Amino acid sequence: MQPTSHSFPANARAGLADPILQQALGLARTGFPQRRLEAIARLPEFEELREEGRAIKDHVLAYLDFYLELYERNVAASGGHVHWARNAEEARAAILDICRAANAKIVTKGKSMVAEEIALNEHLEANGITPVETDLGEYIIQLRHEPPSHIIAPAIHLMKEQVADAFRGAHTELDPARPLTDPRALCDEARTVLRPRFLAADVGITGANFIIAETGSSIIVTNEGNGDLTQILPRVHIVVTGIEKIVPTLEDAATLLRLLARSATGQEFSSYTTISTGPRRAGDLDGPEEYHVVLVDNGRSAMLGGEFQDMLRCLRCAACLNHCPVYAAVGGHAYGWVYPGPMGAVLTPALVGVGEAGHLPNASTFCGRCESVCPVKIPLPKMMRHWREREFSWRLNPPVYRSGLKLWAWVAQRPALYHALAGVASRLLGWAGLHRGRFRSLPLAQGWTAARDLPAPQGRSFQSLWAEHQRRPGRAR
Amino acid sequence: MSTPRDDILGGIRHALRRGAASPDAGAEIHERVAAHRRNLVPARAAALGRKGRIELFVAMAEAVQTTVARVASQTDIPAEVARYLAAENLPAELVVAPEASFDGIPWDRRPLLQVRRGRAEAYDAVSLTPSLAGIAETGTLMLASGPGTPSTLNFLPDTHIVVLHAGQVVASYEDGWDLLRALCQDDPPALAGEVDRPTGGPEGANASPLLPRTVNLITGPSRTGDIEQRIQLGAHGPRRLHVVLVEDAPAQP
Repeated sequence: MQPTSHSFPANARAGLADPILQQALGLARTGFPQRRLEAIARLPEFEELREEGRAIKDHVLAYLDFYLELYERNVAASGGHVHWARNAEEARAAILDICRAANAKIVTKGKSMVAEEIALNEHLEANGITPVETDLGEYIIQLRHEPPSHIIAPAIHLMKEQVADAFRGAHTELDPARPLTDPRALCDEARTVLRPRFLAADVGITGANFIIAETGSSIIVTNEGNGDLTQILPRVHIVVTGIEKIVPTLEDAATLLRLLARSATGQEFSSYTTISTGPRRAGDLDGPEEYHVVLVDNGRSAMLGGEFQDMLRCLRCAACLNHCPVYAAVGGHAYGWVYPGPMGAVLTPALVGVGEAGHLPNASTFCGRCESVCPVKIPLPKMMRHWREREFSWRLNPPVYRSGLKLWAWVAQRPALYHALAGVASRLLGWAGLHRGRFRSLPLAQGWTAARDLPAPQGRSFQSLWAEHQRRPGRAR
Repeated sequence: MSTPRDDILGGIRHALRRGAASPDAGAEIHERVAAHRRNLVPARAAALGRKGRIELFVAMAEAVQTTVARVASQTDIPAEVARYLAAENLPAELVVAPEASFDGIPWDRRPLLQVRRGRAEAYDAVSLTPSLAGIAETGTLMLASGPGTPSTLNFLPDTHIVVLHAGQVVASYEDGWDLLRALCQDDPPALAGEVDRPTGGPEGANASPLLPRTVNLITGPSRTGDIEQRIQLGAHGPRRLHVVLVEDAPAQP
């Protein structure tokens, strides 16, 4: 999809004014964090596991080329095929080629953020192939022609009424008078409608939560079982995944799996964790006849060796989204591309450019909750600061903003001048605000006063009070 | 002209400011993979004996809406299946994994049960499969695909009944991996086509196991919370997951 991250401020205002979105976000704010807390309270080793998870990912990233080559050999040794894609275009082309060779008409899809990243559905449709999303949330947003608003709960911005409307609009073969008033009925309808699609599909496309160098396997983690029906029923299974999803061994995957579900949904373990290796074996009665893996770089290798390398540890659990006050206020669509929330604020500028996505690392209160809940301890706030620095040093901010920052920096580096100016300003504001004790609006401060009052300074600055305190004879030590 | 593969690997090395990993580093990594050492395994299950493991497995499984029934031996399976299907008001018809270890189940003791052996088809409502292990730490079943255990049985029917022997209950995922590796050594799954398996030398020294095509770790029935975060069972996979825990020693490890 075409990013609209450059209009984050407008997107965010629209989100704040959308009553349905606000109602839906209200459900998410409490649910996910509470369940995560309960799950990690049941596992005393959770903190140690986070440290091990971080170390596993750091090790892999330091030898990424080596592990990818080993992985490729082991995929080939199990009868599968690896395709390398430098960018989204190459990834789309590789997948289309495989689909065409399979003479595919219908392609079922398990939920994959990389497929969103490379805008796969549009490309398949443009080439006469029908992609069918099978994750319930993804299916709903496919019917509504909109992008996901959350990386593990794509339709989290909707209430059941919007889902019912989408189903009535799409499932015209069903009785229009049927009741669709509760999630159970909606879930059953999706199951009924999608089952024949699973059976008719020629190709199944899934992502991967992990790929394993040791065995050449891919792992998907789902709750619905849609990813499994997607990969075992069609003749061809395509896995599309980022190069950073690799781990050395099954044992390493076990450590990260213990972190993933607890951080994501607060489950002990998701319903289905599936390890897939190559195509079906001699004598097997089902399973795909072909197994392809499309390894996507698309900007990832360029993040290695620099200040954004830590981002490549990301497990895509969404804990940072679920604990972010900004995400909880504006929702995922405001971020304007595939990856929202704190992880999106770091990843999106790396993948689509800080010129397009410069607002995202600025859309942070720096409260630090994202880093504190990240299962692999990614220093998200620090990396958002790095993007802000780049944005400034590459002259991407508006001139007024840049001049203001420069002026402030110039003053702040001169303590005597700073104190003098601060003293004058605080006396002036204190005098002007004597009557009310606060300001409803101030010139140059609309950014603050548009949403809240500014308290009037009362008396002198902290620095001058402190200096006087230090000078006072007989002060308590 | 450079290939995408060369460019990506070259790009990684360039970003990491080094050439191809040195032979020493290569050997070290091969050793790390070949040794596949365990990381921290939570004490929750690892510290338990056989009885405690089984109790934990059952408790964790039931916490995620798996139902568990205990029977004394494999010959009791038809009675338990008949009881369960009647209790759930389901038709007395099922598709049973064509696995050899199931050949001795005396279905004739319950002549009203209609049993077919094979993979699942769209019309199958109930399946019965064996399992490779029960993993106590999260109440997870481990099932591996093979000629006798098609994966469609685990996902297409509305109701999935799994036979688990008490001796198959292990503590952790890592114990499960050990079972998988042992299975691959004893009974390596045959590849369908001509494929080069690495046999030795530094390139193939990892001696990687060829896993079954599909290994399913199943923890409760299918579910979704995608609409208003209210959990519904039976999103696309089975609505019901029932474990028949057989107390005798398993026919196969």
